Amino acid sequence: MRIEVSRRQMPSRAFAYLSPAIALALTMVLGAVVFMALGKSPTAALYSYFIEPLTETWSLHELLIKATPLILISVGLSVCYLSNNWNIGAEGQYLMGAVAGSAIPVLMPEFQSFITLPLMLLLAMAGGAAYAAIPAFLKTRFNTNEILTSLMLVYVAQLFVDWLVRGPWRNPQGFSFPGTITFNDYALLPEIFPASGRANFGILFALVAALLVWLMLRKTMKGFEIRVLGQNPRAGRFAGFSAAKMTFFAFLLSGALAGLAGIIEVAGAVQHLNEKLSAGYGFAAIIVVFLGRLNPAGAVVAGLVLALTYLGGEAAQISLQISDKSARVFQGMLLFLVLASDTLIHYRIRFVTSGAAAQEAN
Amino acid sequence: MTGGSAATLLEVRGLTKIFGSLKANDSLDLKIGKGEIHALLGENGAGKSTLVKMLYGSLQPSSGEILWKGEPTVIRNPSTARTLGIGMVFQHFSLFESLTVADNIVLSLGAGHTLEQVARDAERLSAEYGLPLKADSHIGDLSVGERQRVEIVRCLLQDPELIILDEPTSVLTPQEAENLFVTLKRLRDEGRSILYISHRLEEVKVMCDRATILRHGRVVGECDPRQETAASLASLMVGSDVAEVRRKAADRAAGEVLLDIRGASLPPATPFSIALKDISMQVRAGEIVGIAGVAGNGQSELFNLVSGEVASRADAISMRGEAIGNLGINERRRKGAAFVPEERLGHGAVPGMTLTDNLLLARHASDTVAFQRLGRLGVIWSDMVTQATKRICDEMDVRKSAENPVASALSGGNLQKFIMGRELDRQPAVLIVNQPTWGVDAGAASRIRQALIDLAASGSAVLVISQDLDEIFEVCDRILVMHDGRIAEAGSAAEATREKIGLLMGGAHTERVADNATETGEGAHAH
Repeated sequence: MRIEVSRRQMPSRAFAYLSPAIALALTMVLGAVVFMALGKSPTAALYSYFIEPLTETWSLHELLIKATPLILISVGLSVCYLSNNWNIGAEGQYLMGAVAGSAIPVLMPEFQSFITLPLMLLLAMAGGAAYAAIPAFLKTRFNTNEILTSLMLVYVAQLFVDWLVRGPWRNPQGFSFPGTITFNDYALLPEIFPASGRANFGILFALVAALLVWLMLRKTMKGFEIRVLGQNPRAGRFAGFSAAKMTFFAFLLSGALAGLAGIIEVAGAVQHLNEKLSAGYGFAAIIVVFLGRLNPAGAVVAGLVLALTYLGGEAAQISLQISDKSARVFQGMLLFLVLASDTLIHYRIRFVTSGAAAQEAN
Repeated sequence: MTGGSAATLLEVRGLTKIFGSLKANDSLDLKIGKGEIHALLGENGAGKSTLVKMLYGSLQPSSGEILWKGEPTVIRNPSTARTLGIGMVFQHFSLFESLTVADNIVLSLGAGHTLEQVARDAERLSAEYGLPLKADSHIGDLSVGERQRVEIVRCLLQDPELIILDEPTSVLTPQEAENLFVTLKRLRDEGRSILYISHRLEEVKVMCDRATILRHGRVVGECDPRQETAASLASLMVGSDVAEVRRKAADRAAGEVLLDIRGASLPPATPFSIALKDISMQVRAGEIVGIAGVAGNGQSELFNLVSGEVASRADAISMRGEAIGNLGINERRRKGAAFVPEERLGHGAVPGMTLTDNLLLARHASDTVAFQRLGRLGVIWSDMVTQATKRICDEMDVRKSAENPVASALSGGNLQKFIMGRELDRQPAVLIVNQPTWGVDAGAASRIRQALIDLAASGSAVLVISQDLDEIFEVCDRILVMHDGRIAEAGSAAEATREKIGLLMGGAHTERVADNATETGEGAHAH
């Protein structure tokens, strides 16, 4: 028997939507194999990974907290990737946004007013956008590969945050632990239902951002411009669109949303800036983008799925004593499998038995 | 002109290749003698590539036969061709950029060759033939000319008797081309045959012993190019049969000047594009001006300059008396200009997008009020776009399989009708079209030409860039010729003769042609 791969005449719409589901199912199967290899019961492991976090209210709150940055970042990245701008550095923009927004409560703790929080959010968006402007500038001015520059700037941002919270911004009463002072109440994002869990208004920002970007992509000239420049830059020039302006637009938008995600994380769940802020949301969001079919609505669903792997990792660590790094394994498998499954959109796969193959050859 | 002096190496009899309803090659006959450089001349789309692909085994003929040294032979695939002794140097190279020269050659030779052996042979051959190469350099570091050397050396390592070169100089600088000619003559003197595909007349005249000319998939002539003039070769290529339909000489040619280009020059954007040199022309209301010329003489550069995809000095181009040379394409559209580029898929239309989206592509700026709502938010008014798309498809008789298919699902002719219709629908004051009917079936072509004539009749200025002289004579009032980035005036369609145009296409100077339209072939080499 052999496997034949042939190109489809038209890309398959069905597989465009089925592919993430196939990838998810295959991830579960492979995950079960990994757990078996570790000597754990695969059913118990999958249960604690994917079901247990959904059974309790407080943990649903945690799910929303984790999904918020994933959705915000991936909505921005969708615009980047649709317009053929490969921003891989959302993690850095997320950190720099958090730093910019934290400047107010850390440096001016007495400035406590109802505009403190809105200012922090705006400053964070500006910070993330400014950091994203660097690879955009390098790409448009020097034709530098934005994948490399944006990725390398992540490490710069990580070390910068680390230096800040151990050095100039360290809490003097913090027993030498790295981290800033805890933010004052005016600088914190309120919780939605404080009685049942910690989820804050950040998730609403994420949903509104997803809705707005979805409308932009579907209904407006800007969305049209994004798709044209992403698919066919030469036709884009014929339409009078500027690829360089689009590079800035996509990077600034995704940088701003990543920065917003950063400050929401700091001013929401964590309540101060510390060295553990970089949890890989900026990279996991890349998986969310592709799992969500480069569509902001899809990003909401995919963001919740990825958030579940984070929670599942923690749950599995507690109930089965598996390292929570297993979450990274799941995320990696998921990206790999979703990209692999996308082959089915453009190619048809046939299994040919050797008898039939011999006949064909004749 | 019989070719029987030398022994025939390869003969083709009645070779035909049919794609769907298109006869790409129509019972071709061709003989290539031993030790000759044989040119295959023809315009784009004349069927040169199809023929060559059949000779190299990557396409199978629909009918007819190929004789190799007198024996009927089936060339099943390229490796059969190589075994027979046919080598090919492609127009687009197939080399791995991250590997070295020797790696690339070993990969193509297959099993049984060691890297050291091949590297030594390749360097020896390259030195012998004046194609200096280092076997350990990486392809990515090499210039286009050097990459071509790798392809040639790779081909020579298999000791071929017939070498096919597909438009070899289209990617070369003039100096590199000179070197190539020396090598090719040397190969010929060793008794190898060369099939040289080109549409550049001068090269063929200098280099080739014999030439076969293809037009619309048929052999229309065979000659010794050294005995011919550039004009006679050109007229064979583009067809000397006088077009049946002629427009009446326009009495409205005295209309106001709508498009005025004055002394526009443009340095080449890449080492292989043509510089535009001091281009001046005027197109008046009610007039269709045609620009003839062999492909690659600066036509696309000129189109980009006029469309605004490449900016120039403000006063280099004016429209209705207003300087527009520094404006972008959309500002020019808002002032009443419309553009139809040569390449339909990938320039004039996005292949994977629907017709409504492709309508928006060219019209979003000129028809903001009609197609967009809510001011700066720019919400697309899809009902209006859909209506306009339907109107255009009805008007131009665009046949499609679905209500709103993607552009790549349409046939070339139907897509071109849509793209033309998209611009005509706005009644532009100035229309610039590059290759209006290239690769389009006869029915669609006549529809498109009629539309151009009607637009001019309604008082617009139309500039048509075309390599199809029949088309130019059919629709144009006045004819210009483009050669090597310059424009020469050939006169009104009534005055201009094919011979004169042919000479200008070959690069003769305007004044001399004007003085003596029957000047002989030497005139073509005046520069």
